[in-house]
Amino acid sequence: MYATSYHRASSVEDAVKLKSAHDEGKYLSGGMTLISTMKQRLAAPSDLIDLRHIPSLRGVRIEGRKVTIGAATPHADVAASRELAAICPALCQLAGHIGDPHVRHMGTIGGSIANNDPAADYPAGVLGLGATVVTDRRSISADDFFTGLFETALAEGEMVTAVTFEAPEKAGYAKFNNPASRFAMTGVFVAKTAGGVRVAVTGAGSSGVFRHSGFEQALAGNWSADALSNITVDSSGLMSDLHANAEYRANLVKVMARRAVASAG
Amino acid sequence: MGVEGIGARVTRKEDKRFLTGKGRYTDDMTVPGMKYAYFIRSPHAHARVKGIDASAARSMPGVIDVLDGKQLQADGIGNLICGWMIHSKDGSPMKMGAWRPLAVDTVRYVGDAIAIVVADSLGEARDAAEAVVIDYEPLPAVTETAVAMAAGAPQLHPEAPNNLIFDWQLGDGDAADRAIASAAHVTEIEIHNNRLSPNPMEPRATLGIYDGAEDHYTCYTTSQNPHVARLVMSAFYNVAPENKLRVIAPDVGGGFGSKIYIYPEEIVCLWASRKTGVPVKWTADRTEAFLTDAHGRDHVSKVKMAFDADNHITALKVDTIANLGAYMSLFSSAVPTYLYATLLSGQYAIPAIHANVRTVYTNTVPVDAYRGAGRPEATYLLERTIETAARELGISPAELRRKNFIRTFPYQTPVIMNYDAGDYEASLNAAMQAADWAGFEARRATSEANGKKRGIGMSCYIEACGIAPSAAVGSLGAGVGLWESAEVRVNAVGTIEVLTGSHSHGQGHETTFAQLVAGRLGVPIESINIVHGDTDKVQMGMGTYGSRSGAVGMSAVVKALEKVEAKAKKIAAHLMEAAEEDIVIENGELKVAGTDKALPWFQVALAAYTAHNLPSGMEPGLKETAFYDPANFTFPAGCYVAEVEIDPETGETDIVQFVAADDFGNIINPLIVEGQVHGGIAQGIGQALLENVQYDANGQLLTASYMDYAMPRADDLPSFKLSHQNTPCPSNPLGIKGCGEAGAIGSPPALINAITDAIGNNGLTMPATPMKVWQALHAAH
Amino acid sequence: MTKVTLTVNGRAMSGECEDRTLLVNFIREKLGLTGTHVGCDTTQCGACVVHMDGRSVKSCSILAVQASGSTITTIEGLAGQGELHPVQAAFKEHHGLQCGFCTPGMVMTAVDMINREGGSLTEEKVRAGLEGNICRCTGYHNIVKAILAADAEMAGGRQAAE
Repeated sequence: MYATSYHRASSVEDAVKLKSAHDEGKYLSGGMTLISTMKQRLAAPSDLIDLRHIPSLRGVRIEGRKVTIGAATPHADVAASRELAAICPALCQLAGHIGDPHVRHMGTIGGSIANNDPAADYPAGVLGLGATVVTDRRSISADDFFTGLFETALAEGEMVTAVTFEAPEKAGYAKFNNPASRFAMTGVFVAKTAGGVRVAVTGAGSSGVFRHSGFEQALAGNWSADALSNITVDSSGLMSDLHANAEYRANLVKVMARRAVASAG
Repeated sequence: MGVEGIGARVTRKEDKRFLTGKGRYTDDMTVPGMKYAYFIRSPHAHARVKGIDASAARSMPGVIDVLDGKQLQADGIGNLICGWMIHSKDGSPMKMGAWRPLAVDTVRYVGDAIAIVVADSLGEARDAAEAVVIDYEPLPAVTETAVAMAAGAPQLHPEAPNNLIFDWQLGDGDAADRAIASAAHVTEIEIHNNRLSPNPMEPRATLGIYDGAEDHYTCYTTSQNPHVARLVMSAFYNVAPENKLRVIAPDVGGGFGSKIYIYPEEIVCLWASRKTGVPVKWTADRTEAFLTDAHGRDHVSKVKMAFDADNHITALKVDTIANLGAYMSLFSSAVPTYLYATLLSGQYAIPAIHANVRTVYTNTVPVDAYRGAGRPEATYLLERTIETAARELGISPAELRRKNFIRTFPYQTPVIMNYDAGDYEASLNAAMQAADWAGFEARRATSEANGKKRGIGMSCYIEACGIAPSAAVGSLGAGVGLWESAEVRVNAVGTIEVLTGSHSHGQGHETTFAQLVAGRLGVPIESINIVHGDTDKVQMGMGTYGSRSGAVGMSAVVKALEKVEAKAKKIAAHLMEAAEEDIVIENGELKVAGTDKALPWFQVALAAYTAHNLPSGMEPGLKETAFYDPANFTFPAGCYVAEVEIDPETGETDIVQFVAADDFGNIINPLIVEGQVHGGIAQGIGQALLENVQYDANGQLLTASYMDYAMPRADDLPSFKLSHQNTPCPSNPLGIKGCGEAGAIGSPPALINAITDAIGNNGLTMPATPMKVWQALHAAH
Repeated sequence: MTKVTLTVNGRAMSGECEDRTLLVNFIREKLGLTGTHVGCDTTQCGACVVHMDGRSVKSCSILAVQASGSTITTIEGLAGQGELHPVQAAFKEHHGLQCGFCTPGMVMTAVDMINREGGSLTEEKVRAGLEGNICRCTGYHNIVKAILAADAEMAGGRQAAE
């Protein structure tokens, strides 16, 4: 790891101020990706602004069917939230299968979506739920938030503070692990929301998380796994790597979509 | 034998220190003034090194020095060697290219060491390494086994035209050809044995300490055989004479073969300590481990197996190309030859066998012994071939094996080995019964009804362990003898230290070796300590590999104990005024048989040291040494059954059950033996389903971390069903055969036979990843 | 250099380190507690697992400065001097360790698992709960057995106490 300077922010305002004072700095949440990347000397932020100790960023709040998850809420807390499980168990299940128990104790939803790793789980959940990403300065719809591999709509110095969404009528998530890293080799989140059916795919697209409109249309007409049987997934635009080529991923997208629908009930 | 003797499930004496964080591994060592090393490694698979400029790095904060290969060469440090001479069939010796501990003008694989930075902290050493400017001229690279000898392939070493190291054969080719020509059926198959990274959880590390006042070196290192390390570093690498070099292998976090070899880092850190005047510690990170730890397997073979009309095997003909990587590692040449082709008879009576083995250089990490070493390659090849033959012949796989089993012992195979004992059918029957083989078709039907594909497969393995009779291996090219030493040191109060040349890095010697002594003498196991891993304490030893510690290391302890017991009996007879031959040792006492006269063990020990009243002419003290050289290899064997369920939608394999039936001869500690089998099976399943080292066409290692190299995890594996059959080994005093490698040897073919059974496509290579299984399923239908 | 203050195994400890120092290196090198190990560089193997404020974390992926102010338990602090925690005792009883290198992380993981789901563990749950820990020696068979045995024993102990 290259040398860096650590700062612990006490509030959102404090964090934004610290970030603006350090051009080459980075926000640090759970650090489960950032610290690893820095260890490999693939990232070299001059400064780290730690968000983990800002109380307002932590916790799952539920008002009626409106869910607000603080950006610095660890995956384990989302997975274990009984209130959330009562209205959107699919997201608890998604959070409960990120990384491993130790990673889930540190990693956060804000960190995950701000990083937008193409094989991360949360981008599928957030996009699939049609959630809103709240930052220190504005609200961004999930459809506008994820813009490409490790790319988001966040401006320089902008910080995710929460993710909010209306609990869907039904939702499900199915994931096929990369046998080595255990990241999603393909993960599909399906949701029947007030705004319609949404299907978001992670781990497969060469430009990161994406929505599958063919699946969405089919499920809007008939919410069942069988509704997807005759839809062919186009393998162009899907990733090919050591573990899965695009053709196999196209198969997994369909199989995981069917399983996600089945799990949603 | 009592609750702590041979055969007892004694929990391990060494566990407490590991469970409480008090284990002491090499990276845990710190000495005053210690500095940290970082190795600069080639990012190219093949390149000329035109220049190294370390001037800027030398003046960076915390940097003590930057040292390179030219300086090492100038100081007379020698090349790394391969210690087993193989001759090609034309009589020419193997073509060993030069392996410099720090490359001087050419680098031959990604990770090849070029220079070392020594600094106050690892961070500073790494910072400085980035400031060392190396001028490379990249050269074309070759990584694939099958194409390394092709015309126009990039050449690695001038000594080895066409990258061919040796072209060796074993057995009678004409006899095999004749049998194949007249066979009723010939099964032909191409077998790939995938390339693996051993991955002990403790990365390699070394701490080199040079004491200028004494002109003496101390090397802490992650080694399975510290004495071999000292011998090789003294005799071949010119680091220091043996009396000036102490090698200590403290707690070592697993080896699996990869810590047998002497690597550049030990040599360079010792030399760097002398150059810089400070102790120098290096610890690999995991990526360095992938880049530099010797890999295992990587064979491509063509096989023909001939049968007569009665389905008896009449011949086996094998043509293998084995990839040895960029340089010849310490025992690399022995693995695809005498540890491989000599086992090609398997458990079967095969009148004619011929193996041709060519080994090649490629721009990859050196390949050497990894758990099983040659024997997994032989077993996989044979057991995939016989399974394929059974399918072609329309006969059940168990039936075809039974028909061809060797049933009388000793049995001389056509490929050197003389099997001394075994009962292969007993293991086959035990495994099939434990797996409820008879009920499989009903289970398959249930799976089919649930949309799953179910398959069952077996493998009958044999291995040669107890490595090895020194004269025999010497005649085959080994540069060392493979005996073991032991010293039994009885203290004046009767407690005992056993010094052994076997090294324990997970195998539990501190318990099993103590059980042997406790059982024989009837003294408490707590009164016995096992000392190993330090060349200053143990005089000499050949170390731990090839499942040899029990069969060879413990046999040496038996021999030393016999001498101790003989002397103790003499003393006891003298003290009790009895005849020496009437003394028996039981329950911690020396008794006069048939009387109630007895002396406690400690009292005899004390008498030996007070020396007030010893038999006339006897030397004081009670301490004996023995060297044991085995008379033969040992031959553990068994039968493994795997049953799998495949999800046809994803290609994912679920191991529904895994059964192992092993014949290890007598067993010292079933708890520990079971643990060895569990671990071996997990590595075998890893090879079959998950693990694969992959390079791209330019020689970049694609699987350089756990992000891409799939290690077996708890949820990839089932619990295992084990059983033991026992035909005691007749060639060593304990009747034991060895158990450390069996699991890794027997399991891969059982898995692949099961999966190919399930999907109905025999053309599947390891590892059977979900994608490959899914593709094979689609190709089959 | 920054001052890091921690409560480690019940004792207040502090030390100066660079901000880039990982928690695991601080524990091993500054505090001399070498029971916590490093087995990989990519947050996968779990040899470095310690408890931070009561939760299992991978100390190779946390900066020491990030942890400052927290309470840390390492393998050395799990039981009193000379004693074994029930999980440690179960690992010994069931031969859940061989080379010992992954063992501290395995034990700390098992304790965390039992803290969270004690009394309801099954083989499947234990195997899933070990997703972040790699062992190369045991094939996990006896680790799983040991954790289930410790869970049963500790659940029995809790019941008896009620």
